[in-house]
Amino acid sequence: MEAGDRLRTVRGGVRQTAGGRTAYLGDQFFLWLTRFLALAILALLSLIFYEVIVASKPSLQRFGFGFLTSTEWDPVAERFGALPFIFGTVASSLIALILAVPLSLAVATFLVELAPWWLRGPAGVAVELLAAIPSVVYGLWGIFVLVPFLRSTVEPPLIRSLGFLPLFRGPAIGVGLLAAGVILAIMITPIITAVIREVLLTVPRHQREAMLALGATRWETIRLVVLPYGRAGILGGVILGLGRALGETMAVTMVIGNRPEIALSLFAPAYSMASVIANEFTEATSAIHLSALVEIALILFLVTILINILARLLIWRVSRAVPGAVRE
Amino acid sequence: METVTRSTPPPVLERSEVFLIGSLRVEGLEASYGGRQILKGITMDIPAGAVTAVIGPSGCGKSTFVRCLNRLHEVVPGARVSGRVLLEGQDIYAPGVDPVVVRRRIGMVFQRPNPFPTMTIYQNVAAGLRVNGWDRRRTAEAVERSLRMAALWDEVKDRLHQPATGLSGGQQQRLCIARALAVEPDVLLMDEPTSALDPVSTLKIEELLIELRQRFTLVVVTHNMQQAARVADRTAFLLDGELVEFGPTAELFTMPRDRRTEDYITGRFG
Amino acid sequence: MNAEARRLRWRRLASALALAGAAASTALALVPLISTVYFVLTRGLPALNLAFLTQLPRPVGETGGGVANAIVGSLVVVGLASLVSVPIGVGAGIYLSEFGRNRLGSLVRFVADVLTGVPSIVVGIFIYITVVLTMKRFSALAGGLALAVIMVPVVTRTTEEMLRLVPVTLREAGLALGAPYWRVVTGIVLRSARGGIITGIMLAIARVAGETAPLLLTSLSNNFWHRGITDQIATLPVIIFSYATTPYEDLNAKAWAASLVLLAMVLTMSLLARLFTGGRRVVWRR
Repeated sequence: MEAGDRLRTVRGGVRQTAGGRTAYLGDQFFLWLTRFLALAILALLSLIFYEVIVASKPSLQRFGFGFLTSTEWDPVAERFGALPFIFGTVASSLIALILAVPLSLAVATFLVELAPWWLRGPAGVAVELLAAIPSVVYGLWGIFVLVPFLRSTVEPPLIRSLGFLPLFRGPAIGVGLLAAGVILAIMITPIITAVIREVLLTVPRHQREAMLALGATRWETIRLVVLPYGRAGILGGVILGLGRALGETMAVTMVIGNRPEIALSLFAPAYSMASVIANEFTEATSAIHLSALVEIALILFLVTILINILARLLIWRVSRAVPGAVRE
Repeated sequence: METVTRSTPPPVLERSEVFLIGSLRVEGLEASYGGRQILKGITMDIPAGAVTAVIGPSGCGKSTFVRCLNRLHEVVPGARVSGRVLLEGQDIYAPGVDPVVVRRRIGMVFQRPNPFPTMTIYQNVAAGLRVNGWDRRRTAEAVERSLRMAALWDEVKDRLHQPATGLSGGQQQRLCIARALAVEPDVLLMDEPTSALDPVSTLKIEELLIELRQRFTLVVVTHNMQQAARVADRTAFLLDGELVEFGPTAELFTMPRDRRTEDYITGRFG
Repeated sequence: MNAEARRLRWRRLASALALAGAAASTALALVPLISTVYFVLTRGLPALNLAFLTQLPRPVGETGGGVANAIVGSLVVVGLASLVSVPIGVGAGIYLSEFGRNRLGSLVRFVADVLTGVPSIVVGIFIYITVVLTMKRFSALAGGLALAVIMVPVVTRTTEEMLRLVPVTLREAGLALGAPYWRVVTGIVLRSARGGIITGIMLAIARVAGETAPLLLTSLSNNFWHRGITDQIATLPVIIFSYATTPYEDLNAKAWAASLVLLAMVLTMSLLARLFTGGRRVVWRR
């Protein structure tokens, strides 16, 4: 029974006393006011959905499913296809996941299981501060620090040694998919780490002790018991990170190169869905151009909503019911 | 404290001067948690091949005591241990001793059944073997042997590869016993192994203890004096982190030497 | 046993390697933080002076000038966002914690969590369609509303979590004195959870203060002081974006300096927020 129910029962007995009538009305008003505000959140999400659909209608009607498969983006001829942007968003997010997931797992494990006790707090705060740095500041850092570093130090040796693979072919220009992926990885690592950390903290102590008592090392305990125990929540954290990477705008816009092309190379410039909106929205002159940009936002919205629903369901499952707990 | 050691000479040591496998000696064991002292210098010999019960009111430190015997107390932040615990004459707290090796030889069963939920019944029993690199055939043999020893084989032999969480509480606890037995430890510590179980499951586990005592040194913490009387060869009474009395179970329950023991077993406190 | 002993050496090594790897990964993960802060300091400080903080931008080519309008603009937009989102968020949070253990509560909780995952650029488009197109102009108000949409779910969920930490006994004590429930919640429960709620609000503010994408579509920018909240307005993040992407070194330097100002505001706010709760953990929601 929740606090409110319990208290309403208590108050029911008091209602008849002097002043009880106004108190009752006050409570009714209070309940309805807060309920109204809670409903506003539902309304907000529905309204976003509705408005974005309505505004993308011209583009939806004119281009249909071809919008998703066409690579042409020509505001002058008023022909629009979103495939290059979808490709850029998906590719940069995947690079980010490949880099960020192992890193987040290691960091979270370190913070929860391995770090000396005095280090856990400060290191945890430092990782959380990573998430506090605004996207645009990462973008600035990306333009002037990361991109030159990739251009001069990372990409040339990769091209020399692995250049026979299409993935590592092309000139080292710094801006491009790799830069976007790296910067996204930096931005989602604290998010994924935070979720995994919470998940690992919910793993009961007796699970670790049971494995240790069998003569397992700390690493074996983590690998065989702790991480498997939290796998659903960990997956939720990874998917949540993916959602953030897909929708991230500024830092990507500043380093991805902003060229609507589909190339296999990590070093090639590309364009992302969020970036094209940020760059072209206020300069779009024709109604259909605007509508096409809104349709890109609609796709982004639907995909991130689905991904977030999936992630939250996985994370909620962990935080609510501990799987496999003995029922008593 | 001297009376304790004098009154309970482990018979084997006296006879042969050779350590019997699985014999434990505790010397001046002190433990604290978060600055609060829990064990205040405990000295006792735990005989091999027998059941030793540890009784006492809740909060007396009996749980901490067994957790010190396989170096599990120290994994909790803020926990400290000093003193010596000798397994066959070797101090498990000596510098350079790897707790992994200690725990490999001194197994433990916990208060609540804690099977690994992501593993099958078979994998649970084999968990300790897997990290030690046992091959498939030896593992399969050990799994069956320990499940039989834990009197669980007949109940689970047809569903070895189903999740361990599908078992009842009592079955889960016997699974945990099988898991601990599988690595063939010499000592088995049990921290109130039946406190979360129903009477029927409790009975099964008590029968198991009596059977197992031939092969292992068993240390059983219990808050239940009848249980101690039923299963233990020797019983230790802990109060406030001190060992008040330790002797043959029948003696301790019928002719306690210490007034506090008498008060406790007659139910005057605790 | 001999085979096991040999294997044990390898297992110990694996454990030590894993520990070292995890520690190294943590250090690696912090490199961007340190590098960013380092470059923002070393490149931002030289360009930072009183004029930068107090003057308006000068036309391209002229040296000097500052971003005073953007600093004020950021405060205005974030202030507007807080003004709108805090009452809604706290109210909805009260509902979730006090009356919300039912289906509606679960749904709202879930939608709030999902809403935090909606890309901010989509929120920008939403406000563009509903506010900018209606008013037929970019405005500080539209920017504030966009940031408010981002803040509401964060404030809601933090408020709920903080109120849940208040023990039921405290509520019962208040009721036992004969106070109506709404008085108990607003007078006692909210008061005792105040620190945590303020922390949550500050973290939400710190998060939206750096938002750029939605502002590009709503409040745009301005080279002068804004004339009221229905006028378009310069903000620090948008200034950083536009200065960073120009070829002029002077403006690039100003982007670093503006980042320094923004970062100082954001980091101070989030560190202060942590102090507020006295070490109690508040989940950083983004």
